Amino acid sequence: MREITFSQATLEAMAEEMRRDSTVFILGEDIARQGGIFGQFKGLPQEFGYERVLDTPISETAIVGSAVGAALTGMRPVADMHFADFVTCAMDEIANQAAKIRYMFGGQARLPLVVRAPDGVIKSAAAQHSQSLEAWFVHVPGLKIVIPSTPYDAKGLLKAAIRDDDPVLYFEHKALFAMKGPVPEEEYIVPIGKADVKRPGRDVTCVTYSVMVHRALEAAEDLARDGIEVEVVDLRTLVPMDIDTVLQSVRKTKKVVVAHEACRRGGAGAEIAATIAEEAFDYLDAPVVRVGTMDVPVPFSPPLEARVVPRKKEIVEAVRRIV
Amino acid sequence: MPDRDTLIHIYTTMVRIRAFEEKVEELFLAGKIPGFVHLYIGEEGVASGVCASLDRSDYIVSTHRGHGHCIAKGASPRRMMAEILGKSTGYCKGKGGSMHIADFSVGMLGANGVVGGGFNIAVGAALSAKMRRSGQVAVCFFGDGASNRGTFHEAMNMASVFDLPCVFVCEHNQYASTTPSTYSVSVKDVADRAVGYGIPGVTVDGNDVLAVYEAAREAIARARQGGGPTLLEAKTYRIKGHFVGDPERYRDRSEVERWREKCPILRFEDRLRADGVLGDAEMEGIRSAAHQEILEAVSFAEESAYPDPDDAFSDLYASCAQGEGCGI
Repeated sequence: MREITFSQATLEAMAEEMRRDSTVFILGEDIARQGGIFGQFKGLPQEFGYERVLDTPISETAIVGSAVGAALTGMRPVADMHFADFVTCAMDEIANQAAKIRYMFGGQARLPLVVRAPDGVIKSAAAQHSQSLEAWFVHVPGLKIVIPSTPYDAKGLLKAAIRDDDPVLYFEHKALFAMKGPVPEEEYIVPIGKADVKRPGRDVTCVTYSVMVHRALEAAEDLARDGIEVEVVDLRTLVPMDIDTVLQSVRKTKKVVVAHEACRRGGAGAEIAATIAEEAFDYLDAPVVRVGTMDVPVPFSPPLEARVVPRKKEIVEAVRRIV
Repeated sequence: MPDRDTLIHIYTTMVRIRAFEEKVEELFLAGKIPGFVHLYIGEEGVASGVCASLDRSDYIVSTHRGHGHCIAKGASPRRMMAEILGKSTGYCKGKGGSMHIADFSVGMLGANGVVGGGFNIAVGAALSAKMRRSGQVAVCFFGDGASNRGTFHEAMNMASVFDLPCVFVCEHNQYASTTPSTYSVSVKDVADRAVGYGIPGVTVDGNDVLAVYEAAREAIARARQGGGPTLLEAKTYRIKGHFVGDPERYRDRSEVERWREKCPILRFEDRLRADGVLGDAEMEGIRSAAHQEILEAVSFAEESAYPDPDDAFSDLYASCAQGEGCGI
């Protein structure tokens, strides 16, 4: 199979969906003339024009708010947030408007809206350009949360998100944009709400998503040399969460590490750990261990950043603590 | 001057809104309405004057004080009243209440519990209309208080930059909850802020429904023809408190009484009488029909069932089933 980057995979997904459905359009800062700050929109305006690939003012509130209005009136907008950190500027539009409109209006409305949010730690981007904020949105009923780890999943899930009739937050880790992986030429969709076992194993389950899937796979490789077989479950979507796949794995391994790059406190990992405790307590042979960024803002200087952001080593240590 | 049918339509709309709101106040004080309600009494000229120039397919985005906008855009008082009483036959099946009434079938995209939450939704509806080349216009109603939100700025700028078919209608009713606009708004006329966005800004007497009508007609026509957005300010007054039950310690009764004398309905009646459009008997007929309609709406609402408690688990997502988290 051919290999393309995560960024190219999302670009193909956008182009395919825009060809398929004339109501799909994308709006955001620096996307058309610049091609996106990570090059993830390059070439789209040449094929689809500058109206459907719409450069906007620096107005996150208006980007997401107008996407809500457009979605309510027959369009399928994709709103790009530049950096996931800037969703803070559009919180009312996401949490009070997009998430609630369908419900509070008694099902009258459909809200086919995708918010793309490049998140995560990369190259000393410091505190306001490095966050992983997915847990905030997991807490708000009415949203769907997609968070892929590979080019294959990125493409299939972005296509699913665009076709979905509900508001979807699509978190794409900045460190993954350049990563290459197999992506078929032919069309496919990855359904929202299905986890994927990225590596089977019998001893410990590592429930993870986004960039930490790769750190977990590296950790599993190391641990395998010592005869410890880690099963890596990539959730791929946090809402809806495929808890069945998680529980199936937990019942087999009886030990769990939950790993994400977001801060540990109040992270999605807490929800996952609590659900495992409620649903599979009798199967557990050890406490569920969480791995996440330490509870400080992400610092700038490389040694400081490395000190607080978990990588392979932290997952290996977490596994060794419970086997 | 609009034609006779339009004049009668505008008058009827104002009277229906007033009758609806007076009944809502009565029901609230009688303890029949859960939550809280914000009344549009005294401001009827704005919604009635603006919506008279809109087609059914045009969009409006409303506020927490939204009953008048709903009625003016063609929503059914029966289903509104049922919603306000929390009944299953309401517009939102009892999930929204007074602050969240919407009727998508008449382009009423929703009241909004967040002050200033509607600006960008209206911008998006206008962007969508422009992209679909549908000829529709989006009107955003908001108050003097909302004009102090950052959402106002982003919406005005984006609507102007993209020449969107959007009309921003400021209902300058003098108070943001308890705070007077003379204290909290940096300009005397909110429409002056239009200069900062390179769009026309127009201030009219909001209690003169024909002045509102003429200004809105021009702004809506300009938007429809591709001429871009307008900021239209209607100076009016919130005769009732911020919500029913508001102790109103922030203003003198004499001020309220002065504005009562400027009632937009009484003023319009004088005009209709003087111009020979409607006589007293005809106006009485319209008022009495409106009261009858609202009484029927109340009966409908009161006789309707409350929703099944488990209906709390439907309508969250379009693409999945019922249940806690609605299937998720």
